[in-house]
Amino acid sequence: MKFMDEYRDRADIDRIANELRRRCTRNWTLMEVCGGQTHTIVKYGLDTLLPPGVALVHGPGCPVCVTPVEMIDRALAIASRPGVTFCSFGDMLRVPGSRADLFQARARGADVRFVYSPLDCVKLAQEHPEREVVFFAVGFETTAPANALAIQQAAAAGLQNFSMLVAHVLVPPALEAILQGAHCRVQGFLAAGHVCAVMGYEAYHPIAARYRVPIVVTGFEPLDILQGVLMAVTQLETGRAEVENQYSRSVQEAGNRVAQAMLCEVFEAVPRKWRGLGSIPQSGLALRPEYALFDAERRFHVATLHAEESPLCISGAVLQGHKRPHECPAFGTACTPLHPLGAPMVSSEGACAAYHRYRPQDLPAASATGDSQ
Amino acid sequence: MCLAVPGRILSITDTSPLTRRGLVDFEGLRKEIALSFVPGAGIGAYVLVHAGIAINTIDESEARRVFAWLHEINEIDLGAEEPEGP
Ligand code: SF4
Repeated sequence: MKFMDEYRDRADIDRIANELRRRCTRNWTLMEVCGGQTHTIVKYGLDTLLPPGVALVHGPGCPVCVTPVEMIDRALAIASRPGVTFCSFGDMLRVPGSRADLFQARARGADVRFVYSPLDCVKLAQEHPEREVVFFAVGFETTAPANALAIQQAAAAGLQNFSMLVAHVLVPPALEAILQGAHCRVQGFLAAGHVCAVMGYEAYHPIAARYRVPIVVTGFEPLDILQGVLMAVTQLETGRAEVENQYSRSVQEAGNRVAQAMLCEVFEAVPRKWRGLGSIPQSGLALRPEYALFDAERRFHVATLHAEESPLCISGAVLQGHKRPHECPAFGTACTPLHPLGAPMVSSEGACAAYHRYRPQDLPAASATGDSQ
Repeated sequence: MCLAVPGRILSITDTSPLTRRGLVDFEGLRKEIALSFVPGAGIGAYVLVHAGIAINTIDESEARRVFAWLHEINEIDLGAEEPEGP
């Protein structure tokens, strides 16, 4: 595919890796924020091409992974109501709530569907006025404009039977929460390119300046990621801490103002609980009061449901880059992609699932398969 | 989840701002995509598509920059006759 395949060329990848080895003289720890980037890194083994001093730790940038258990429980409560058609991106269906997941709810007769776009749900609600159509709105700033557009279209069509369970999260407050953590060892970030395609990167300048960390807006292909690492390491080696843009083919400093305008029209920033990280101020999006009609939490009275995470799961430490997946005692034993305990094992972008899939050598001996070791 | 895929606009099928839409080609696979957030993108433009919605346009000249730069470091490599790899 154009704008993808040409960024996967092995010779070019090696060329950047060489340049990186030449420029790097010390030990540096970088965090890639987005789960999509984690997936590329583990899939292509990019971490094995880095100079020995450069460590990449995996960040909290998988919305599926950071959606708290109680949101899943709320989704389950709504989906199980008669008359409800509950729609979600496919990844959310297997995320464990406190007792079940959405797949199990479907097996018990709930009308749970997975959709490609929130706009499909608006259409579904139009075609089925007798059903309550609910969309599970998870995601970062990349996805929020799509959901804002769906709400606006539903409002324009005067739909009474469409609502959203909103669990949106925002990247910059999460970066600050990580940087303020007591054991933070992150010295630079690869910022999530598609979040910035929407939001731009103006918001990162104060973070780079206040915490003295380089932040490089980075794409998702192997070449993008290695170039992002090279730019961040070059900054660190020369004592700079600035915001730079590796992903200029898709990201401008201001981002997409049209998308931002609609996002702000429909949503407002609120405190949000993250799975594994706890509550972070102004780190989520909720519907503005003018759009309360479309708020599924209100419509179905589920806002007061609370729940606990599995005590075995160390996803909090994984999501902050303190621990790697195979350091979790449950990794590959009590927790597998078929029976996940925590969300990073569910989503294909979750660090635990990526390690499980691409690093059989890291699995505990009992569950390692075939040719590993 | 933040996956977004590049595609090329083949036609515009709806022009009103809230429902602007068009047919987008993903190298063979064609899909109706919402174009409300890229009002300036016309037929032939490359857009970045996420969850059925174009979230931004793709700048072809910016896309070429990394290869120009790779070419440069390659020339330096060849000039200095540095050994390849570790
Ligand atoms: S391996 Fe499973 S239990 Fe351990 S941190 Fe990852 S998701 Fe949680």
